[in-house]
Amino acid sequence: MTSPDLDLDPAPAGAGPGAAADSRRPDRSALPGRSGRRARARMRLLRERPGRLAYLTLVAVLFFSGFPLYYSVVVASRDNSALASVPPPVLPGANLVENVERVFATVPFGTALVNSVLVSAAVTASVVFFSTLAGFAFAKLSFKGAKGLLVAVVATMMVPVQLGVIPLYMLMIELEWTDTLWAVIAPGLVNAFGVFFMTQYLRGSLPGSLIESARVDGASTFRIFWQIVMPAARPAAVVLGVLTFLTAWNDYFWPLIVLSSPDRYTVQVALSSLSGGYVTDQSLVLTGTMLATLPLLAVFALLGKYMISGIMQGAVKG
Amino acid sequence: MTVTAKGAARPSPAGLWRYRLDLKASPYLYIAPFFALFAVFGLFPLAFTAWVSTHEWSLLSDEHVFVGLGNYQALLTDPYFWNALANTISILLLATVPQLFAALLLAHLLTMRLRGQTFWRMGMLLPNVASVVAVAVIFSQLFGRDFGLVNWVLESLGAGRIDWQAGTASSHIAIAVMVAWKWTGYNALIYLAAMQAVPKEVYEAAHLDGASRLQQLFQVTVPMIRPTVVFTVIVSTIYGLQIFAEPQLFAGGGANGVTGGASRQFQTLTLYLYEHGFNRGFQFGYASAVAWTMFAVIVLVALLNYVFIRRIRSAS
Repeated sequence: MTSPDLDLDPAPAGAGPGAAADSRRPDRSALPGRSGRRARARMRLLRERPGRLAYLTLVAVLFFSGFPLYYSVVVASRDNSALASVPPPVLPGANLVENVERVFATVPFGTALVNSVLVSAAVTASVVFFSTLAGFAFAKLSFKGAKGLLVAVVATMMVPVQLGVIPLYMLMIELEWTDTLWAVIAPGLVNAFGVFFMTQYLRGSLPGSLIESARVDGASTFRIFWQIVMPAARPAAVVLGVLTFLTAWNDYFWPLIVLSSPDRYTVQVALSSLSGGYVTDQSLVLTGTMLATLPLLAVFALLGKYMISGIMQGAVKG
Repeated sequence: MTVTAKGAARPSPAGLWRYRLDLKASPYLYIAPFFALFAVFGLFPLAFTAWVSTHEWSLLSDEHVFVGLGNYQALLTDPYFWNALANTISILLLATVPQLFAALLLAHLLTMRLRGQTFWRMGMLLPNVASVVAVAVIFSQLFGRDFGLVNWVLESLGAGRIDWQAGTASSHIAIAVMVAWKWTGYNALIYLAAMQAVPKEVYEAAHLDGASRLQQLFQVTVPMIRPTVVFTVIVSTIYGLQIFAEPQLFAGGGANGVTGGASRQFQTLTLYLYEHGFNRGFQFGYASAVAWTMFAVIVLVALLNYVFIRRIRSAS
């Protein structure tokens, strides 16, 4: 698979400082490397061709990965009473449109979709911007205490901030932000993983000589950031953006706590309110689930490879 | 890397001053938003939880009476708390141990020369795209007592139907399956990345010694990627101790959702926290004590993991 704009290789030709990290490059196939060819030839001698059993196992895994999602479509396209039949239906039926209409009639699902898009977009833009900014400082600028502060960033990745919900809720009351989208957006504006991810990327991919010559030309630090760093960070920004958007879209615990009016719900909260009714109408609930998941599946189909490289990058470096 | 001022050709004194200020202050300015926002919305709330937990603190009253460790005392004598702790640990183990083993095996498969690598990797990651809410809703349907597909399969295989939600063990298994379904492929990709960074010479040696593929995995690969394994164990543990959506929605929402089933058979710690903090008169003091205790448990478990895995290492 070739993806020219997904060049997360930390050492593009002649990059200098990051070249040492090249041997740790995680993903040889998704990131076609300039230097990886020989190594790959050697691996070919060692890595066995997978047998039939390997492929069978993978097919089984794929089946179990996909089936629950497929089954939600089956249920979503059926009449609720059809679910009680024996054997249970395994093929989609004809009630999808009707069920979708019922979802929109039961909860303000359209509003919830809009809310989720707003929240996720705001969080993603903010995380990518601030992470690039801080990543640039950590990777390419020298200042006192840089090392200690970067260690602090890494340490905060492990902090279970979810456990601070009670004071966070009290804070939102003080700010009069409860039951508004601000309350959902604010805690997501920055995250440690993003800063760390960008630091690692810029450290390896941004040539120091480029910054130096810009300085010689009299560019201010912010101008260097804006005109050199931002464009250079684009491939990593896409990866970080996809991962952040997905996390924000799927967030549930905090929005459930802080949002109380149905027209402020995000998709996940709307979905849970659908399933919390007194009479559980499974085809209704699973239609909602399908609607909430479809946008993500579209994003995944388009940008899944970026997610994969992001997860694998974060893993090796993290 | 240091950026030298050399050659910033003879500017005016004012320009030089501005240049120096830019060079000195910019880095701090650039990292400030992260630290400021994280402090306000992340660290401060977590730390303030400790303070609130020593008070009789309710949203319904303006008076916050200091009670010392009273909330903790009440907590530790509440059998429902111990029940929630036991449930959480049980679900955590059921979800994490098989999941990480499966992830290691899958990652091992993915290191082979497969046709369509990206396709298989995407397939692994597919479940991770669905939200916890979606996962919980879908699996609640699959594990349904009367019309669930799982019970139908069991029945046609000659086994009896199981009321997954009613039993302690069965409900824990169902919830563990949800967690494992969502995260196995994700962890497999993390292991895969680490495995690809293992120097090939190591395998050459093992290969010459006649080690089988499986032996290579557990005797060569796993020790080599130990830091990554420790990382996934700790992250999965932190996640597992805070499980909320799966049990809440497995009960079908409503009152049973908050208590984790009619007899609290699958109430987790976060559900217990939610019940006291946001569902029953906003007992913020008491719920904070729950949160802070969970924090202690998380730190403890992370440390135990660390020590345990280090000891395995020094033993081998």
